[in-house]
Amino acid sequence: MSSTSENFLVGIFDDEDILLHGVEGIRGKGVKIHEVYTPFPVHGLDEALGYKRSRLPIAAFLFGLTGTSLALTMQIWMLGFDWPMIIGGKNFVSLPPFIPVTFELTVLLAALGMVATFFIVSDMKPYKTPRSYDIRSTDDKHVMAIDLAANKLSKEEIGQILKANGASEVNEKNF
Amino acid sequence: MAADEQYIFKPEAKRKISILFGVGVLLFVLGIIMAMNSGGHHEGADHGSVEVAKNLVASTDQESGHAAGHEAAEGHHGSPVWLKRIYSSLWHNNIFFAGIGIIGLFFVAIQYAAQAGWSAPIKRIPLAMGQWIPIAGVLMLIIWFVAKGDLFHWTHHDLYDPQSADYDKILDQKSVYFFWLGSKGGFPTFYILRMVAFFSLWYWFYTLIKKQMLAEDLEGGTQYWYSTRKLSAIFLVIFAVSSSVAAWDWVMSIDPHWFSTMFGWYVFASWWVTGLATITLIVVNLKDAGYLKMVNANHLHDLGKFVFAFSVFWTYIWFSQFMLIYYANIPEETVYFIERLKHAPYSWVFYANLILNFVLPFLLLMTRDAKRHVAMLKVVCPIVIVGHWFDFYNMVTPGVMQYNGGVGFLEIGLACIFFALFLWVALSALSKMPLVAKNHPMMEESLNHHI
Repeated sequence: MSSTSENFLVGIFDDEDILLHGVEGIRGKGVKIHEVYTPFPVHGLDEALGYKRSRLPIAAFLFGLTGTSLALTMQIWMLGFDWPMIIGGKNFVSLPPFIPVTFELTVLLAALGMVATFFIVSDMKPYKTPRSYDIRSTDDKHVMAIDLAANKLSKEEIGQILKANGASEVNEKNF
Repeated sequence: MAADEQYIFKPEAKRKISILFGVGVLLFVLGIIMAMNSGGHHEGADHGSVEVAKNLVASTDQESGHAAGHEAAEGHHGSPVWLKRIYSSLWHNNIFFAGIGIIGLFFVAIQYAAQAGWSAPIKRIPLAMGQWIPIAGVLMLIIWFVAKGDLFHWTHHDLYDPQSADYDKILDQKSVYFFWLGSKGGFPTFYILRMVAFFSLWYWFYTLIKKQMLAEDLEGGTQYWYSTRKLSAIFLVIFAVSSSVAAWDWVMSIDPHWFSTMFGWYVFASWWVTGLATITLIVVNLKDAGYLKMVNANHLHDLGKFVFAFSVFWTYIWFSQFMLIYYANIPEETVYFIERLKHAPYSWVFYANLILNFVLPFLLLMTRDAKRHVAMLKVVCPIVIVGHWFDFYNMVTPGVMQYNGGVGFLEIGLACIFFALFLWVALSALSKMPLVAKNHPMMEESLNHHI
């Protein structure tokens, strides 16, 4: 076992109910779970893993706010100061016609910003090879990865805990 | 399964509503006295307003200029200002609360048509609100016949007589919409037929749907759910047309020369979000009083999303209507907004409308937590209800009162009276049926609702 590699213990679960109870039992024993991969969304898994709510909406709001101010600044500067134009006899800086553009830019920046934030936070970038703890997580198995470096318990102890909590097999995976 | 629950309309609640009614009557009477005493001042203002209106339309073409000037001059030979103010406020409040009642039925119908499961335990509340429909219909007919001359310029027969000095070519061309089946300027057969037909249809569907829902309590089975869904779908088609036409008839025809193709949507959007806020407010208050035990944060979240989303929807409709008229800048259309923007109290109502109905609900209900907590819903729902009361105020009053309108004890008192009556009718209807459906096929789904 070289010190540069990352060592994981991988538990395979056949059924989402067993998985949900397993997660509770394994966390109850004080084992830290790195991540669980499931072939389909499992309701209640986030709560069982103790994940906090995503702060993505806050990012979305801030990106949206950026879009709003950018759109207003741009239009007021362009049509009010840089190149004033009379359109329909309205004032140079008149709010109502600016609203559609402001709305669109707010939505655009909020959406793009949210996607970008999500990709960055999830460490998904171009040319990155995704780690697969067990390829069957894309088919019909639920896969639980446990980082051995993050746990005080030994590999054997964790393996026993996994087995006792419904894992159908326990494998080792090193990266 | 859900436990049986029965709402009891307690004497305490009755007392509170009676106090609200009493306060309303007191303010209303006080308001009338004040309005009568300040009549002289308003008479002066009235002359001024005619000038304003004439200047306003000086730039428009001959026809619409003549028409609008005439409309403003109407103040001279109508009822006294204080009486017009009562009529205007009665019509405004009745339209507003009729809307909340009909939205009760509309909400139920939407839930069935969409096969929604989450709303199963709260559907009795909008159902009880629908009990106001027949009362609103009767009130509307009575108010119309008492106040038609003051509320609706188009009812004056001179307008349709080419020999008369008041002859109005535009209204003459539109007259078939009001007077079809009768003589021009006489009894508006078509108009009254529509009013009676709409309320009869709405009430008829209300009784049919209610009957099915209550029969389900006794006998169970899924056949009641299916029959209610069928009725709901038919009702929704009828409501789509009738709500639009009702908006033209009862609200837009107050300003008969003006028109907006968005108006049906606009009135519906305002009614709908008010109704949603009312449903939410009643639900959270019942929950606080210990009822509706199976309603949890997830159901409140859905109601909160409804109020949030349709506040934004209303704003979208409002803006679409405003911007097109603002940008096209056609005098016969802009006159509507100029009336509302240039003169108090309409001008401050105009801006308050946007703050109360868009800015506040948008910012306050934006986060997930806000929608899931009773405290925030209790703040936002009253804001939305009051906001849309002002929205309807600005739709009705300027056309009736020209520049003599006001927001005072009279209007607020009458709103309290209507609100007390509405609550009384809705809550007593609620106390006469099980608070939660007993055999609803989707109750289990709703209990496990999780978002």
